[in-house]
Amino acid sequence: MPCNDISRRTVIKQIAVGATGTLLLSLFPRLSFGNGESSGKTKNAAGKRPLYAYAVDTSRCIGCCACMRGCRAENDVPKDRYRTWVERYRVLSNGEVQVDVAANDQFVFQDPPPADITKAFFVPKLCNHCEKSVCSQVCPIGASYETPEGVVLVDTKRCVGCGYCVQACPYGCRFIHPETHMASKCTLCYHRITRGLLPACVQSCPKGARMFGDLHDPLSHLSIFMKQRRYRVLKPEMGTKPKCYYVDLDIEVI
Amino acid sequence: MNFVFPNELHVTWTVMIVLYPYITGLVAGAFIVSSLYHVFGCEELKPISRFSLASAFVFLLFATMPLLMHLGHAERAFNIMLTPHFTSAMAGFGYIYSTYTILVALEIWFVMRSDLIRRTRDSGFLPWICKVIVLFNYRDTPETRNADHRIAKVLAGVGIPLACLLHGYVGFLFGSIKANPWWATPLMFVIFIFSAIVSGISVLIFHYFIVSKINRWKVDGPCVRSLAQYLWAFMIVAVALEGMELLSIIYEQTEATDVLSLLIRTKLFWSYVVLQFFICSLVPFFMLGITSLFKLSDRIAFKMIWVSSCLLLAQVLLMRWNVVIGGQLLSKSLRGFTSYMPGIWEKEGLITAGVILTLPFVILYVFHCIVSLFPDAEKESLPTHGV
Repeated sequence: MPCNDISRRTVIKQIAVGATGTLLLSLFPRLSFGNGESSGKTKNAAGKRPLYAYAVDTSRCIGCCACMRGCRAENDVPKDRYRTWVERYRVLSNGEVQVDVAANDQFVFQDPPPADITKAFFVPKLCNHCEKSVCSQVCPIGASYETPEGVVLVDTKRCVGCGYCVQACPYGCRFIHPETHMASKCTLCYHRITRGLLPACVQSCPKGARMFGDLHDPLSHLSIFMKQRRYRVLKPEMGTKPKCYYVDLDIEVI
Repeated sequence: MNFVFPNELHVTWTVMIVLYPYITGLVAGAFIVSSLYHVFGCEELKPISRFSLASAFVFLLFATMPLLMHLGHAERAFNIMLTPHFTSAMAGFGYIYSTYTILVALEIWFVMRSDLIRRTRDSGFLPWICKVIVLFNYRDTPETRNADHRIAKVLAGVGIPLACLLHGYVGFLFGSIKANPWWATPLMFVIFIFSAIVSGISVLIFHYFIVSKINRWKVDGPCVRSLAQYLWAFMIVAVALEGMELLSIIYEQTEATDVLSLLIRTKLFWSYVVLQFFICSLVPFFMLGITSLFKLSDRIAFKMIWVSSCLLLAQVLLMRWNVVIGGQLLSKSLRGFTSYMPGIWEKEGLITAGVILTLPFVILYVFHCIVSLFPDAEKESLPTHGV
């Protein structure tokens, strides 16, 4: 009988190897199961894996908030929570800076402008999908993670809703969903971009103030734009290396 | 100026997350008091050595309750140990907490084994529980007691750094959030450790006086006076560290200094400046200073010590509130503040908080019914000197 050839030592060794492997895979589930969604598009035109990023040309934004409406229509964004929003800055002649958002159901800036405005502009905000995302770092069970394409997502099968990522995000882009009780945030419309579509906010912007593209593709609209324009990121001192780049950003914007 | 990012209008960490560091602080402080006797041989603390160890254990059992109440998916809580993400400081919680709980349980077992064996000789249901707890081993000789004592001493010694780790780690959870200028300070975990010791000693004094009063036991003067001196010393360090943190915020004049100053002067004025610093820190500082430096009668000294312990319990709770809630009131836009008022009946409301804070005392009473936490006091039946 062939089984008689297997010594007791061999059987014990095999059991030990199997048990160790199972233990390791349970401790590091990413090795065994991957991490949430995977991109449908693994290679770009340049033959590389895409690295998605975002750019905002603040000088183009007119504060219409179509992006906010588009985001809400596309995604399950609960009332009074925001995956993206538009900030309005008004600098008065006395140097005072007034900031507000159209954070209401109508997504419109309602109050009339004060008489002595010297400068006014709009700044769209969203998750910065940081290269060194602190929200992913602090997640105690790895529910918050970065996809190979550079998109920071939340695995809803794992999130415990502790809120640590909400506290850690320097940009206030995360929230706890009041119905699912899990962390929620901008996904860059991952379900759209992996099918070759634009994020809903980019699609709905009438002025082209929001741009999305692949930094690994030198011929992409975003890559060309980034080569031609001067830009900066929000809170660079946090060391998070955001991948949301702002063109023509005023010093008042934090 | 009052602009907050729109997602910051809702405070994520509620009063439950205020309770979590508060309860772990009580654990760490009570454990360190018990170790002062078991490890460092502070004989004057013997009357409350068992009580402090049992308090640490019982509070430890309830330390996770506010967290579980807070989690959006408490049913996944155990995943923190099954699939930990070690880049996160929070991932260590399950391991640190479990290790410490096992250690404290073992220490209690060795400290109280002899008494549990004695209880097995009684009649009724309780002795059966005791038999299970002592694992049906009824050997109780001077040799076994010596061995138990030696092992308990080692466990208590190992437990001191673990207690500091448990609570210092909680402080680190806050201090390492660089996005929040009210939290992000390397001093945070040191402050948490010292304030933990303050709250632990305070809760022991507070509870010891009440128990003595109810049972008409004589309060052990040297024990209470010694505790008061330790409390005075630790509260000076804790408050000084908190003051230094404030001083560094003011002195450094970073971009967040103005808004932090406004936070202290407006949103946290009553809870931080008036209550935490002036009433609940300065008053006990002077009262404990007087009881430590001057020879007062027991009656007056005990009253002052008890009031000080109550104030310091409140001080540490306020400190937790001002850290946890205060940090979230401040917008990361550095341009304004949000508001927070806990509900009364909601899941993470005040009633829940009250129940979580009360339950450990009930369980401690049950514990006392099984094994006496004050064997010396029960032997005596002299009139009380308590408050």
